Amino acid sequence: MITVDALTKTYGKFTAVDDVSFTARPGRVTGFLGPNGAGKSTTMRVMVGLTPPTSGDVTISGRRFRDLPNPGHEVGVLLDASAQHAGRTGREILTITQRTMGLPKLRVEDMLARVSLTDEEAGRRVRNYSLGMRQRLGIATALIGEPEVLILDEPANGLDPAGIRWMRDLLRSYADQGGTVLLSSHLLHEIEVIADDLVLIGDGRIVAHGTKTELLQAAGTVVRTASAGVLTRALEGAGITSTASPDGALRTSADPARVGQVALAAGVALTELRSAEGAGLEEMFLELTADSQREGAAA
Amino acid sequence: MSTLTAEREAGRATATTTDPAPIPMTRLVGVELRKMFDTRSGFWLMTSIAITALLATGAVILFAPDSEITYNNFAAAIGVPMTIILPIMAILSVTSEWSQRNGLTTFTLVPHRGRVIWAKAISAVGVGIVSIIVAFSIGALGNVVGSTITGADLVWDLTWQNLLYITFANVLGLLMGFMLGVLIRNSAGAIVGYFVYALVLPTLFGMLASFQEWFRDIQGWVDFQFSSTRLFDGGLNSTEWAHLGVSGFIWLIIPMTVGVWLVLRSEIK
Repeated sequence: MITVDALTKTYGKFTAVDDVSFTARPGRVTGFLGPNGAGKSTTMRVMVGLTPPTSGDVTISGRRFRDLPNPGHEVGVLLDASAQHAGRTGREILTITQRTMGLPKLRVEDMLARVSLTDEEAGRRVRNYSLGMRQRLGIATALIGEPEVLILDEPANGLDPAGIRWMRDLLRSYADQGGTVLLSSHLLHEIEVIADDLVLIGDGRIVAHGTKTELLQAAGTVVRTASAGVLTRALEGAGITSTASPDGALRTSADPARVGQVALAAGVALTELRSAEGAGLEEMFLELTADSQREGAAA
Repeated sequence: MSTLTAEREAGRATATTTDPAPIPMTRLVGVELRKMFDTRSGFWLMTSIAITALLATGAVILFAPDSEITYNNFAAAIGVPMTIILPIMAILSVTSEWSQRNGLTTFTLVPHRGRVIWAKAISAVGVGIVSIIVAFSIGALGNVVGSTITGADLVWDLTWQNLLYITFANVLGLLMGFMLGVLIRNSAGAIVGYFVYALVLPTLFGMLASFQEWFRDIQGWVDFQFSSTRLFDGGLNSTEWAHLGVSGFIWLIIPMTVGVWLVLRSEIK
């Protein structure tokens, strides 16, 4: 279990993480989602004690990271797969971790097999690794101590489709066995297929969090009618803002029941009324982070 | 129902949480030692100590006149590359964590950064002392071989005490490098810093001392390079030891303290 409590990190006048609180629970995969520069990596670095917070606190299974006697046994961490000495071989990097943690030597070969790095690849220097191979090595480093908590920053970066599938299955089975998995991504579809819980962050602030099901339900309504203008005005009258899609449908953040009532009262015949979850998280993600996104600012 | 789940989770958490043993210092030192040798550059840096000692020894045998085939001259010739390679070795053992960014893993596995720095210091000094012993042995071998070739008498003109002093002086140089590594945390920057300290400053201080009488009087107290070089000449009197202590405090202890303070508080990216 990871508990982030009112975490704030400022650099001079810039606030990278702004009063962030959430919990990643055991037995679940928690997706930490946000555009680039939203504060995901900073939050994760604070979790593992690499960045001192300005205020607030993070605990892992009730303790601060630096109070863990041998952290690798309790928390598996992958923050940046490229942050390794380029002159070491993959096997050597794993051996250093194994020795630091005081694990049996056999574990190195076990882990190499588990992340499908061949004997020849393990003997190659990391400067000659592809990003996908580095990610696999990073996953091996994170898993070697059989920790209960995994903290992974953009672990799917550089993996091929088969690799992404492999990673997904691995994290799923990890959570199913009672582990806590927190993984970040700026790619929605990546998180959407694996996460049970979602934490959306934009501009250092949490913009939404909850279970995936909850968030999908809260994604609003798509409504279609021949008299869109009348319905728009009726919705406005009821205090509901709506936007017209290019395909002629209206979208609102209100739930379908409410929209149906407004339409009935206004006497507008609907041709379609449904929850917007079919549109996926993408819409919600773009909407929720629009203010903080660079693209949003330019538009 | 949610309380029940929470209780079950809490039960599971306590059942599986048996605290692993903390990481002992000996293990950290072992790992840091390994990290000094396990890259091609690290390996060759270490090997270069032996290679340059061999080259220097060979040069003395080839070029020195027969009367100069003495152990002191072998030790002096070997000492020159040592005063450069050992500090660089110490610098890289620290700065690679930042320059190569593997510190991200190191300081996540061991969040107490001070312990990592200690382990690095212990292994760097250990490797330094072993290297010096190896180099001295190569020099001794050279002395025997050189005397045999030239037919001159074997001259052992360095006492055990001299050897200890030279070793100590080299360890101080190594620690200066280590300090710069901790303070600057960038390989190129720290190496340049060391050359400024070892090559540029002595010239400046020397000029200052020759032009300004007031500086000549205090040089021993403020010029660490000056006061530690005395170690190569043998026995230090009590004033010279005091010089070494005071200048060492200024040049080594204070910046090292600042450097460690910065390492403990900095953000590792």
